[in-house]
Amino acid sequence: MDEMIQIRDLHFSYSAGEGETEPAEEVLKGIDLTIKRGEFVAVLGHNGSGKSTLAKHINAILLPTSGKVTVEGIDTADEERIYELRQKAGMVFQNPDNQIVSSIVEEDVAFALENLGVPYEEMRQRVDESLKAVNMYEYRQHSPSQLSGGQKQRIAIAGVIAMQPDCIILDEPTAMLDPQGRREVMATIKQMNEEKGITIVLITHYMDEAAQSGRIVVMDKGRVVLDGAPREVFSHVEQVKSIGLDVPQATELAWELRRAGYEMPEDILTEQECTEAIMELFRS
Amino acid sequence: MAILETQGLTYTYSQGTPFEKTAVDHVDLKIEEGEMVGVMGHTGSGKSTLIQHFNGLLRPTSGKVLLDGRDIWEDKAKIREVRFQVGLVFQYPEYQIFEETVYKDIAFGPKNMGLDDAEIKRRVLATAHDIGLKEELLDRSPFELSGGQKRRVAIAGVMAMEPKVLILDEPTAGLDPAGRDKILSHIKAYHERTKNTTLIVSHSMEDIAGFADKILVMNKAKLFCYDDTEKVFGRAEEISAIGLDVPQVTKVFLELKKRGLDFGKEVYTVGYARDLLIKQLKEREGQ
Amino acid sequence: MLKDITIGQYFPGSSLIHRLDPRFKIVMTVIYILMLFTGSRLSCLIVGAVYTVMAVLLSKIPMKMFMKSVKPLMPFLLITALINLFLVGTGATVYKWRFINITEDGINISIFMVIRIVLLIMGSSLLTYTTSPITLTDAIERLLTPLKKLKFPVHELAMMMSIALRFIPTLIEETEKIMSAQKARGAEIDTGSFMTRAKNMAAILVPLFISSFRRADELATAMECRCYHGGEGRTRLRQLRSSPRDYTALAVTIVFYAAAIVIAHI
Repeated sequence: MDEMIQIRDLHFSYSAGEGETEPAEEVLKGIDLTIKRGEFVAVLGHNGSGKSTLAKHINAILLPTSGKVTVEGIDTADEERIYELRQKAGMVFQNPDNQIVSSIVEEDVAFALENLGVPYEEMRQRVDESLKAVNMYEYRQHSPSQLSGGQKQRIAIAGVIAMQPDCIILDEPTAMLDPQGRREVMATIKQMNEEKGITIVLITHYMDEAAQSGRIVVMDKGRVVLDGAPREVFSHVEQVKSIGLDVPQATELAWELRRAGYEMPEDILTEQECTEAIMELFRS
Repeated sequence: MAILETQGLTYTYSQGTPFEKTAVDHVDLKIEEGEMVGVMGHTGSGKSTLIQHFNGLLRPTSGKVLLDGRDIWEDKAKIREVRFQVGLVFQYPEYQIFEETVYKDIAFGPKNMGLDDAEIKRRVLATAHDIGLKEELLDRSPFELSGGQKRRVAIAGVMAMEPKVLILDEPTAGLDPAGRDKILSHIKAYHERTKNTTLIVSHSMEDIAGFADKILVMNKAKLFCYDDTEKVFGRAEEISAIGLDVPQVTKVFLELKKRGLDFGKEVYTVGYARDLLIKQLKEREGQ
Repeated sequence: MLKDITIGQYFPGSSLIHRLDPRFKIVMTVIYILMLFTGSRLSCLIVGAVYTVMAVLLSKIPMKMFMKSVKPLMPFLLITALINLFLVGTGATVYKWRFINITEDGINISIFMVIRIVLLIMGSSLLTYTTSPITLTDAIERLLTPLKKLKFPVHELAMMMSIALRFIPTLIEETEKIMSAQKARGAEIDTGSFMTRAKNMAAILVPLFISSFRRADELATAMECRCYHGGEGRTRLRQLRSSPRDYTALAVTIVFYAAAIVIAHI
């Protein structure tokens, strides 16, 4: 089976409060999306675009108002298999402080395994491996309050990897971090994808992070508006900017020059490519 | 005349314990009145500690902070006055909101200053306008607002004290590009209207590159540099080396320079880069 | 300032006492308390005192720290001593002035009570000084496991306790941040009249409550995502293993207790 996550005609609205007759506006208005095993997908959108709501459907924190979401063939609405589902699709959240349960790093990494009833010997081994994978093994006896934001997020990632998931969903994991922390977390995410083959769904509003993925899904007003490789998505400079998102400066500069009548390739993404294209302009 | 000045400012945390750490080390600085200053440095560089000295939340271990030429610690009883003259907006300021209405929350600072109701009202309305909050929002509960709106309420709460110096610690942290642009444009508009000295702390050179007159960079508790924006960008490689992000477009021009295309200018915004390149290309065609 | 508050007053170390199984330490502390209550004569406390000094020396924690733990309770000790001194009317009178009648029994009981309380504090401090709060919570949970059969929510209480311990530093940091932010808006927290101070407390407490609820909500979701479903079928990474050392320590404690009983009945 090649499909990891299948989302079919997903609609979602928060149920109207008591006394309110008007149904709340739909947050997700019919999403169709298939994510393949081993993909690194960035879901890009501004606040309120529905990207986080979409993420919460993948491991059944939210259930569709209509439509269907399956992960490795497990329907998220199937209550019987909810722990199996959550073990397969782990989630990392935005605020590092609010997802760490224990006062000792290694016990936090073990939390999911304790819940799943994994026997001690195996748990010990999986916790150590996960900590090593995110490069935090030497901090195993520390208290999370002694760690930086980036380190805390890596602990949260270790806690998910320990479950040996097939897929990790990260809901704006770097929004509260400084540049150093963001780099650490992005490097860890990429490593998990490349070395362990874990499918990654990264929810973000930073275009530079999305640019590092293999595929970008742009969301706006509860719908998917663009879907493709970073190069392809960012080449729609005007559309991306019109929904309140950034494109890489290299892409934007190339687009501006093209608009002014100069010959520049459409799919520029990195500064090297941009430099090369400008050199070319001055050579001719 | 310099509105803010530090002389040998040094601050040591937990002095005399094994956890002793010097967060700010002999910083000498002069900030002129009316300037828009970008403050940069990575976490632990001392920039947050530094700005907390400007309004007397922290007291220097040694050295002085001068506001309008006067040592702010000269009379300890007057330190509260200093806090009204140097307004400090913390990171994620929306977490300090507590009143039942937006109006009351913005009025909290001015009220603490002992102003009369009419003056308070004038200030609340003026700042709400500056920061782009519609008047009908003022009677709403701040807790019903969106994240970006809440943040603007909190910023307005400090602006309403009409401080001579306004300091904002990462006002765009965690916001999406649209929210970030909105806040920055309102801060810019406020600065242009009031001509008050404004300091913006940011991790992102891209954010402040567009409109800061000067940039202050902290590194390892020391003042790394404080200079005109263009001159600071001239040292982009050094800045990159101390772990700060340099805008992509600046990197492109550094690379061009290395490969023999030197335009003799520091480039840090896309708009400027476009104009510069087009001008150069036209000149070549003309020849 | 707020950061300086140490919670649980744990002094990390690797002494014999530190390394004992926390479950045994709790049981031994209970036996120790019983030991102090075996008799009401001064001689009965000698055993307890010897035991305490021995344990303190083994823990390698300076005696000074124990004196510190007794200090806040000085007024209480003083009142206890005075009450007994004045109100005990039995025994030979030592001093009499108007209605004040101090007897030999009164003096003895006063001294006895003070020593007993000091020993109690020192003994329980030894437990918290040598055992981290999280380990202590864990040990209590395991000791109380039999109560689960009586539907007593042992696991839930322990989970709440450990989450509280986890969030104490986070909330302290947050409180400091909010205090600074409100101070920057001119709120007087350390000075000013009672009314303004009370009003300004709201400026700190309201944001703190709101953020705590938000944290609780997010934490609950994060726990669910990691398959938390109560204590049933849970395994633990932290293994508490008892060794011969623990049994020896327990045996020594029981011997002391027996000695105390014997002395009390002579």
